[in-house]
Amino acid sequence: MTLELFTVGEPIADTKAPRDVPINERWNERKFRARLVNPANRRRLSVIIVGTGLAGGSAAATLAEAGYRVKNFWFQDSPRRAHSVAAQGGINAAKNYRNDGDSVHRLFYDTVKGGDFRAREDNVHRLAEVSGAIIDQCVAQGVPFAREYGGLLDNRSFGGAQVSRTFYARGQTGQQLLYGAYQALERQIGLGNVEQHPRTEMLDLVVVDGKARGIVVRHLITGEISTHMADAVVLASGGYSNVFYLSTNAKGSNVTAAWRAHKRGALFANPCYTQIHPTCIPVSGDYQSKLTLMSESLRNDGRVWVPKERGDTRDPRQIPEDERDYYLERIYPAFGNLVPRDIASRQAKNVTDEGRGVGPGGLGVYLDFTDAIQRLGRKAIEAKYGNLFDMYNRITGEDAYETGMRIYPAVHYTMGGLWVDYDLQSTIPGLFVIGEANFSDHGANRLGASALMQGLADGYFVLPNTINDYLADGPFPKVDATHPAAVEAEQSVRAQTEKLLSINGTRTVASFHRELGKLMWDYCGMERSEEGLRKALDRIPEIRREFWTNVKVSGEQGIYNQNLEHAGRVADFIELAELMCVDALHRNESCGGHFRAESQTPEGEALRDDENFAYVAAWEYTPEDVPPVLHREALEYEVVHLAQRSYK
Amino acid sequence: MASVATVTTQPAQRRAPKTGRFSNSVVKKTVMAVSGIIMILYLLAHMVGNLHAFGGAEEFNGYSHWIRTIGEPAVPEQTTLWIIRLVLLASVVLHFWAAISLWRQARRARPVPYVTKKRVQQSFASRTVRWGGVILALFIIWHILDLTFGVVNPAGTGTTPYDRLIASFSNIPITLFYVASMLILGWHIRHGVFAATQTLGQTNKKRERAVNAIAYVVATLLTAGFLLVPLSIAFGLID
Amino acid sequence: MTSTETRTMSLTLNIWRQRDRTKKGKMVTYHVTDVSPDMSFLEMLDVLNEKLILEDDDPIAFDHDCREGICGSCGVMIDGIAHGPEQTATCQLHMRSFKDGDVLDIEPWRSGGFPVVKDLAVDRSAFDRIISAAGFISAPTGTAPDAHATPVPKNDSDAAFDAATCIGCGACVAACPNGSAMLFTAAKVAHLGLMPQGQPERDSRVLKMVAQQDAEDFGGCSNIGECSAVCPKGISMETISRLNHDLLGALRAGAVPSS
Repeated sequence: MTLELFTVGEPIADTKAPRDVPINERWNERKFRARLVNPANRRRLSVIIVGTGLAGGSAAATLAEAGYRVKNFWFQDSPRRAHSVAAQGGINAAKNYRNDGDSVHRLFYDTVKGGDFRAREDNVHRLAEVSGAIIDQCVAQGVPFAREYGGLLDNRSFGGAQVSRTFYARGQTGQQLLYGAYQALERQIGLGNVEQHPRTEMLDLVVVDGKARGIVVRHLITGEISTHMADAVVLASGGYSNVFYLSTNAKGSNVTAAWRAHKRGALFANPCYTQIHPTCIPVSGDYQSKLTLMSESLRNDGRVWVPKERGDTRDPRQIPEDERDYYLERIYPAFGNLVPRDIASRQAKNVTDEGRGVGPGGLGVYLDFTDAIQRLGRKAIEAKYGNLFDMYNRITGEDAYETGMRIYPAVHYTMGGLWVDYDLQSTIPGLFVIGEANFSDHGANRLGASALMQGLADGYFVLPNTINDYLADGPFPKVDATHPAAVEAEQSVRAQTEKLLSINGTRTVASFHRELGKLMWDYCGMERSEEGLRKALDRIPEIRREFWTNVKVSGEQGIYNQNLEHAGRVADFIELAELMCVDALHRNESCGGHFRAESQTPEGEALRDDENFAYVAAWEYTPEDVPPVLHREALEYEVVHLAQRSYK
Repeated sequence: MASVATVTTQPAQRRAPKTGRFSNSVVKKTVMAVSGIIMILYLLAHMVGNLHAFGGAEEFNGYSHWIRTIGEPAVPEQTTLWIIRLVLLASVVLHFWAAISLWRQARRARPVPYVTKKRVQQSFASRTVRWGGVILALFIIWHILDLTFGVVNPAGTGTTPYDRLIASFSNIPITLFYVASMLILGWHIRHGVFAATQTLGQTNKKRERAVNAIAYVVATLLTAGFLLVPLSIAFGLID
Repeated sequence: MTSTETRTMSLTLNIWRQRDRTKKGKMVTYHVTDVSPDMSFLEMLDVLNEKLILEDDDPIAFDHDCREGICGSCGVMIDGIAHGPEQTATCQLHMRSFKDGDVLDIEPWRSGGFPVVKDLAVDRSAFDRIISAAGFISAPTGTAPDAHATPVPKNDSDAAFDAATCIGCGACVAACPNGSAMLFTAAKVAHLGLMPQGQPERDSRVLKMVAQQDAEDFGGCSNIGECSAVCPKGISMETISRLNHDLLGALRAGAVPSS
């Protein structure tokens, strides 16, 4: 182990889950033991919620319905635009409407196993328990899930699950679920129960006497920096895939809220756990600003291949069968093109690293439908995937029925995030973290259709039943924005904003972001090695120094300045990137979506190391030049027994 | 020292919605639709009545007289006619009130015009409906002064309806104005029938073709029917 | 493959520049060169902005986020057509839809209900207020019966979904000669009104939502159809007919649009 990279601190553990009762009784028991807040007192308690996605929107609506005074902040113009809106596939729930043997226990089991034994069993079990109520809630709100002719809800099997437990609304499930939460939130806004702060970005957390008591924000249109206080703060600010610059996240998705909370003392868990999705539309040029995901279902009928020869730039239709390498079918005869996301992604990277990639920059592989079209007819393929072929055509200008598609993996989701206990409370009392922003329930790999489930579980059902235990101590001593801690936080935000605007160097913010993203993709992406990670760890501090001396941020503070917003976010991504690389380097095992070159089986498959790494790595922030401190949360598997994945 | 900021960047407060029924834009549209339908029904009757001109002066004047005596002797002379006139007047006024009110709302809705604005699907009929309405209003005034009262008729007042009819449409400029107005009426009705159906909530994807077809048929029927008599006079088929 | 083609384009862009809500704006001309046909329209603006930043000029503000056509953040008037020549969100428009030498006027949505906040970015919070007025089903968390308690006929559910796909981008308002938000309002009225769960509030919902749309400096609908023709999600005019039908029904039933 490389001790200069980090130091080891005290272990950490969740103390909220009632482990004295069996796992399937713990959530009920926790709800029972959690202290309640008298309805009359709730009106006197205020909660800040940052974000309006599935987690934030549902939490804001639910806490307002319960009678708390909610202050909701988001950076987009409308709560309806949070990036949850872009989720395509579906949402899992253990309803067993198909009578195919599904149950809470099976969903729990699949999720723990899918997370490659790096998630906390108690949390995952609770997630499975509340999954059914989410569907009930959404249907009551009018979410138009897909239905069958009998009028009942349709289900499908998703992401290789053997049961059909995924509820969906065509390819726009996230959109419809988000609008359900958004409408519930707008209802509470209309009733005056939620104070709304659109186009407002959280830039710091105010911690008073060890408790989270407020946030410092910048209004993106007016540039006004202000401090808002409350009795508790909830972060629902999403994931950090944009540290890679190119990802399937929205352009505005960022780590800033979570990172600034981390800098104020909240531990950041498993930052290196990111999910890479194998079927995205490849990059077409340097100007590329984001990547677009295409449903994984395409692999059901498409065959993945690259030319056998390097640098073969012929039109794919001109390449004869015997000069093609259907590498997934070759390496994994049993699963073929349907191997899990991480394996499909990693092999795509391997063949392109060999110089056999196709398309602009050689960063793509073919997904070919010729066989399926011959077997089922073009009509059938159109009926199944027409919208995806149209989308592909719109973006690339190519007719995929003729040429096939070019696909490449892209970063899609981050399992890491701020460490939380069973109550979803971070290591700062009064700071709760929900949805993708916490490290939560997916371990080292998230299953398809589980992100929507987790976001809504946290917001509708978990947080509203745990935050009361904290708020029952309230009302807390009254503090306002004149408190020295608040003044200090606001001043530091002002100082950073002024600093960014005053550097006036020669490189744009985007150029730093692109360089950082490329570095992270190359060395902290699908496959990591000590050598690569050390390279990244050498370069990142240089990028940081250059950023703070040579960045050029245009405009001024008092106007709508998107360049300034971006600069602040990139500054945080640079710091996060360093921690991600430290985390990745210290975790000398292949697990979940991550392949560590030094940890593989003789056949070259991922090798998990349960003996040394069956823990959550929760990192404590330290100032620059002081190595971060690692706090381990040991993971114990009392129900699902540790087993190695195999897809050969 | 950092200033202690309070919330000054709250979004615009929700504007108080107007609760009066007749400030509701859909209600205004409904008023327009219903008054429009009343006028179309009248126009159909009017158009059929006009065809009496083909029967010669006696028949036409007789028809004209009949209108004034419907219901006699149960009710005094011209009672029915005045009822029709009042209903029509009310329809015209309401139609105009709704149009002007919606027009003003539309102007408020776009205080800064586009430098460049193209049409994607807007039809000629829908585009011309507002100015067409203004022209039709002017036409109606002239038409009443011309053929009902004879004030602006070449044959003058104190003549028979048939005399006024022949006098007007023997005059080429008047005939051209009339023809132009009827074409505008056709376009107005083509959009109006569709819009009224939509406004009354009666269109859907399945009915869309049928509604459009009906709109075309009604518009064509009225325009053609109204043009038949003046053109016949102009071309000397009636004299 | 397209990679071997290096055809690039040069365009002249006349772009609306306006410092903030209170200042007057004007069209400013920019020339962009080396535009790849595979660039998205917004990526073309990104490249222009990078150049402006390095030249100490103020980059052009435009709202955008997901860049996959679903969040509804983006949207500008491109040569007189909302979202440009293809019926997609602006982020899904690619430069291959244009040709070398094109001169394009690029303007923000223009509506009394959407004040310009800077350049091409507008404030669409009026849409949120229309939803806030009644664009929801009142179902507080925890009150829901089992999801299968009420079957919904598939046709109704599918039609509700079609209406519910509205992304709230505002192109309908931008394109409407009357500046009406009726398609946006109607999409939500239709979505919720088609579901059995939406019936109890159906009358009051339509009254409140229309009253709010009228109060927000949007125009009235005159059944022209420009809205539906530019809608990235192809929301149908049928939804407006349904709104009208529901509103008249609600008035007949004696519902009052009070809050």
